[in-house]
Parts: sequence; C-alpha cells; structure tokens
Amino acid sequence: MSGPQWMDEEAGPVVRPYALTGGRTRPSGEKLDLIAIVTTTGSRPEGGTGIGPEQRRILEIASHGASVADIASDVDLPLGVVRVLIGDLHDLGLVGVRDPGKTAPLPSARLLREVINGLRAL
Amino acid sequence: MAFAPSEEPVALKILVAGGFGVGKTTLVGAISEIRPLRTEEVLSDRGVGVDDTDGVEAKTTTTVAMDFGRITIREGLVVYLFGTPGQERFWFMWDELSYGALGAVVLADTRRLTDCFPSIDYFEQRGTPFIVAVNCFDGADRHEAEDVRIALDLDPDVPVLLCDVRRRASAKVVLVTLVEHALKMLTAAQR
Repeated sequence: MSGPQWMDEEAGPVVRPYALTGGRTRPSGEKLDLIAIVTTTGSRPEGGTGIGPEQRRILEIASHGASVADIASDVDLPLGVVRVLIGDLHDLGLVGVRDPGKTAPLPSARLLREVINGLRAL
Repeated sequence: MAFAPSEEPVALKILVAGGFGVGKTTLVGAISEIRPLRTEEVLSDRGVGVDDTDGVEAKTTTTVAMDFGRITIREGLVVYLFGTPGQERFWFMWDELSYGALGAVVLADTRRLTDCFPSIDYFEQRGTPFIVAVNCFDGADRHEAEDVRIALDLDPDVPVLLCDVRRRASAKVVLVTLVEHALKMLTAAQR
C-alpha cells in the first residue's frame, strides 16, 4: 500500500509530536483555549519535578503573560503538545491560566472602540 | 485558577473564514504580524501504517499549519487572527476556534460563491457577528455588494463589502467593518 493519498501539502509531514508528553494527547485539566492567557505564578519549580527544557522555555515566555497560541508559536510545537505541557505546569502550581471566553464572554463596548481606533491607526 | 494582576494582557480573537484559496492567508498576512502555528489532527486508521501495529496503540497524528496573525493595538491589548481551515476534514476545529471570538470575516469569491455557504450557516447559527468581504480577484466580474447579499440571502444588517485582501488598507477596512458590526450588535443586545 502506498502512502495516504488524501493528504495534501497543507497536511505537512507525519510526525510523532507527543514524544515530549509521554504519549499524552490531552491536558490533565480543562482544555485550554487558544487565547487563554498563561502567566507564571512566581513559584519556582522544585528539583525532581521533571520539568523539561520545553517547559522551562514556556515559563520564560509566560513570565509576563502570554496566550496559548503565542506560546505554541514561540516554542514551535504543535498546539496539542503545548496544551499538555502547560496543563502540567498548571498542576504543579507554576502557572495560572485565565480564559477570556469564560470570565467575560463578550468584550466590552469600550474595548471594541479601542480596537476600532487602534486598527484605523495601523 | 490563578488570579491575575490588572496589567495582564487582554486578548481578542477574530476569525477569517471562507472557501479554500479565497485569500484567507493573504488577508492575515496583509494586516498582521504572521506567525507559525501548528496544530494536529488524528489520522484515521485507514492509510496508517505498513508496519504491523498489533498491540501498539495506533494513534498517528499529522500536523497542520494554521493561519495565525497578531495585531498589537497597544501594550496589553492584542487582536489575534485565526484562519479557519477550509476543508471539511477540519470541521472539528471550528467550535474551538469560534469559542469566545469577537467576530468573523467570511471571505467570498464571486466565481465560487457557494464555497462560503458553510461558513455563513455556521456563524448565523452560533450568533457570532460576521461580515462578508468579497475579494475582488483579477479577471473576475465585478459584482456589486448588494448582488452578493441577495445571492447569499443575507440578513439586511450583515455588512457586505468589496475588498482586495492583498492591500493593507483594504484589509484594514475589512477588520474595522467587522469590529464596528460587533460593537453595533453588542450595544443592540444591551439595549
């Protein structure tokens, strides 16, 4: 049998991105939204917690707050992998996660006006 | 969950939808700092593996590049653009993408107007504010926005505009139109 014919060029290469997560494909907690903001709590990782270089990099990026999508882009790993890694950091109490869709389902009128003006000024 | 200090960034999400090849990537690139973002999908079992996978959990994934751009409005206020994948096998991503979205731009090509029906249906059903931006391709007949509105059977309050997504100024007008529409819907709902 030849390779899967139905994949187009957008599909990219077949890889095994979950080696970093020990094969887990789902984060331990709730699914993190793409624009949920991840921020370090200030706690330091204890020795022996098994934090890898990718997670250290995530902690660095999230030190001033960063979205899940930005983190995935910065560490250049697929979203699903990054979600598992962030979930682990959350379980360890090293990061907090704020989901804008949950806290305020709709942005305020003031914020939208600010966005309109900001876009016009680009 | 953690409680955030007030200076924590605010993030907003805008979707760019439409059929395959309609100019979503071009629009995102014309207006924002485009960034690489990969997601993955689980491949169905068929087509996977020549090897004997007995006893091995056969979950193979493939990574998919997504259109992803960011516009910094000011420090602490960022608008993210996400292109919704055009092909049917990516429908599973739509709910996630549209969750919490401020609104959506549905890009249309008058030569293949039916391609944007699924997007319009989807946003209408979800109540997500959306506009239709007709990308004017070279060589395509120019249609008036009103003709497109009739052809798509859109509600009268859904903005329809012509654009050229290769031009930054045009892409800007598209986004401003969407956010103004979202604002209008928000204030109407609060009245």
